[in-house]
Amino acid sequence: MQFGGKLDLTRGVANVEGAGGGGLSTWALITGNETRDGVGGQVYGTYVGLSDYSLNEFGGGVGLFDRGEISLSRQTFDTGATGAKLGLGKNFAFDQTVVGAKLRLFGDAVYAQDSWMPQVAAGLQYKMNDRTAIIHAVGGKDDTGVDYYVAATKILLDQSLVLNGTLRETRANQFGFLGFGGDRNSGYSTQFEGSAGYLVSRRLLVGAEYRTKPDNLGFAHENSAYDLLAAFAITHSLSATAAYVNLGDIATFRNQRGFYISLQAGF
Amino acid sequence: MMMRTALLAAAALLIAAPAFAEEQPVKPYVQSDANAGTKPIAGDAVFKALHGQEGIGRIVDDLIASLRTDPVTADIFKASDFERLRRTLIEDFCYVSGGPCHYTGMDMKTAHQHMGLQDIHFNALVQHLEDAMNKEGVPFRDQARLLAKFAPMRTPVVDASQN
Ligand code: HEM
Repeated sequence: MQFGGKLDLTRGVANVEGAGGGGLSTWALITGNETRDGVGGQVYGTYVGLSDYSLNEFGGGVGLFDRGEISLSRQTFDTGATGAKLGLGKNFAFDQTVVGAKLRLFGDAVYAQDSWMPQVAAGLQYKMNDRTAIIHAVGGKDDTGVDYYVAATKILLDQSLVLNGTLRETRANQFGFLGFGGDRNSGYSTQFEGSAGYLVSRRLLVGAEYRTKPDNLGFAHENSAYDLLAAFAITHSLSATAAYVNLGDIATFRNQRGFYISLQAGF
Repeated sequence: MMMRTALLAAAALLIAAPAFAEEQPVKPYVQSDANAGTKPIAGDAVFKALHGQEGIGRIVDDLIASLRTDPVTADIFKASDFERLRRTLIEDFCYVSGGPCHYTGMDMKTAHQHMGLQDIHFNALVQHLEDAMNKEGVPFRDQARLLAKFAPMRTPVVDASQN
């Protein structure tokens, strides 16, 4: 079995759901350093410090023949001191496990520089949250949910640009930390993720992302999220993402922004 | 003493040999710029960023040296005609980057026939080329414009090298 061989940064970095992507959004790139002739993978850890909460994650993914990807992510949304104000208790945390699968369908983001056709992939993310009672108390319907998405990614090398657009069918409230479906809307809605990046060098991408989210719960509005990010390939196998994120209001606490830091090791 | 002098002379000849090496004959083919497999970049900004013919010469020398030592690619170049490869690669880069050159080598498919190349080889070449251009001080934006021309050659180079 062959390992390695992928060009720097073309495996993407680990996004907030543990999939190959940017920071907030899931891309069509396949994780791992493998080419179409081998297998690869990536492990990662992410910390997001927000105005009134924090989020930490770790996980990993396996890339198969640059064609498919399976990922697993364990996430803790920590309410810290805010937990007491919410009546949940200090340092109350929501834990979530996300299992993801992605299949590349057609197109090529990297090599087909003579065509506009992006690389297109479809996938799903199965999310399991452990706080059933709280989710029901705030109007959430379920503690598990599945997101379905189609992502299109293109590197425009002659412009040094990386572009991505993703459509997601989801019921998730705050990425799933507040459950799935709600008293205001319990069904699926279509959400959009867009990313645009500029390749400063073969190792450094700077860009911005925008992600819309459902607004299913009556007790608190949910807003779109955005980030300004830099992804850096420290070595061929080690990469880091640093971003400024704004996730909007979360559970009545306004304007949650802060720093997103993620480290990934790929093979 | 005689013996030592003779040995030294022989060694000197061996060392000097590559400078006098001539290109090996190849199977006849039709020469055409179209063999480069892509239209040149409009304008000569990228050619200038590569520091013209001389810069391209340094980049190609560095690229060939890296490909010959990288364990991923070394075996593929074991029996190569480096005189010819150097000349045709310089022509190729000069022509594609918008310089005042003609490409006189074979088309990409014929040049890489039967080599059984994989993406891992292609990507190794791309990275050595990037390293060589970095050493030459070529800005990344210009590197990327040249690489955008070479990236689609994965099809005639890698895919077509299987048969
Ligand atoms: C964009 C990618 C590539 C370009 C533009 C390119 C260009 C060329 C050119 C212009 C020649 C000379 C053709 C002639 O003799 O008329 C050549 C030959 C050759 N190329 Fe490539 N090449 C590419 C990729 C590769 C890769 C990935 C490998 C393997 C790692 C490779 C290995 C060779 C070898 C072994 C020869 C023959 C040298 C000899 O035996 O004399 N090439 N290539």
